[in-house]
Amino acid sequence: MCETCGCGHPDNNITFRRPSHPHTHPHVHESSDDSHSRVIKIERDILAANKQLAERNRGYFEAKNIKTLNLVSAPGSGKTTLLVKTIETLKRDINFCVIEGDQQTMNDSERISATGAEVIQINTGNGCHLDADMINKAVKKLNVPENSVLVIENVGNLVCPALFDLGEAYRVVIMSVTEGDDKPLKYPNMFHTSDICLINKTDLLPYVDFDIAKAKEYALKANHHLRFFEISAKTGEGMNEWFDWLRGLK
Amino acid sequence: MHELSITMNILNIVEENAIDLNAKTVHEIEIDIGELSGVDDDALQFAMQCTVKSELLNHALLVINKIPAKARCKTCNHEFDVSDYYAECPECHGFDNDIYQGKELKIKSITID
Ligand SMILES: Nc1nc2c(ncn2[C@@H]2O[C@H](COP(=O)(O)OP(=O)(O)OP(=O)(O)O)[C@@H](O)[C@H]2O)c(=O)[nH]1
Ligand SMILES: [Mg+2]
Ligand SMILES: [Zn+2]
Repeated sequence: MCETCGCGHPDNNITFRRPSHPHTHPHVHESSDDSHSRVIKIERDILAANKQLAERNRGYFEAKNIKTLNLVSAPGSGKTTLLVKTIETLKRDINFCVIEGDQQTMNDSERISATGAEVIQINTGNGCHLDADMINKAVKKLNVPENSVLVIENVGNLVCPALFDLGEAYRVVIMSVTEGDDKPLKYPNMFHTSDICLINKTDLLPYVDFDIAKAKEYALKANHHLRFFEISAKTGEGMNEWFDWLRGLK
Repeated sequence: MHELSITMNILNIVEENAIDLNAKTVHEIEIDIGELSGVDDDALQFAMQCTVKSELLNHALLVINKIPAKARCKTCNHEFDVSDYYAECPECHGFDNDIYQGKELKIKSITID
């Protein structure tokens, strides 16, 4: 993969980078009348490398009884706020580790770090999603203990992360009531590949035109197996059901 | 722009194969992209142009076969064309179906010298 990926621990800011050549390179295609040309069948999945690595991650997580969640959403729907509240409430019951993915800044990992949970920040640079390779490297640096819950906060983006399995046990998609109830119609792939759907910022329902029943109906059309939690990460409303579900993962 | 990382994956796989086959040039890369794969053709072609490639791949033309999406109803087994995930079965009007075609992201073949 081509993105520049800076990945570091909050304390020492280790960064690892990969080759990047994003400049344009126009070129002319010569037609090939060459009789030596051969057509070779390949039949390979384009994302095979990511899928294989994701399965390796998954096997590692299962062996160590690490329950892994991949949190995906549009930017700003409340992933980090939810995580901070969740860790603060459950940290006596559950050992949380966090991988934070953002294009830039350590802001989110600093917010998580303040709760006392172990966290590593992956800065993807221009990359719009995390991939299984980044998770593999991050987990090695983070040293996730057995019997813990590992939460991966993906880059805020409802399109690209849908394609990249990280090896998680559950994909959790968050939509907030300020985004419009037709999000599942606009970004069906993300809802199709998720297991849990959190509807956040319900405290703002009186001020916005967001029809929860409609949002759920749209999301269920993309995925019949979705399980919903309606929450306000700010006021705590509805969070107990979510906490119970997390406790049940142990 | 996940099309950029899709492109890098394509180029890696093709280069690996081309080197194994002792190819001098790759003329064409044929891929299958499902209608529901979440990958956009134009963005992919654009990413392909923007990526600097090795001499081996520098003249490769990307040929995209768009694969239509098809579903099989889990209730009555009827097979039908779909254009999104919300497809209703035209026979029994159920929504529980398997999309068995249309999510492909696959390299079919390469043409080499
Ligand atoms: N009213 C209200 N605001 C919330 C709620 N949850 C989060 N917010 C606010 O929404 C804004 C974005 O929250 P974050 O937690 O940073 O969202 P995020 O999804 O982590 O954002 P990115 O990582 O940038 O994609 C902040 O101003 C939060 O205070 C909620 O339940 N109700
Ligand atoms: Mg965040
Ligand atoms: Zn049917």
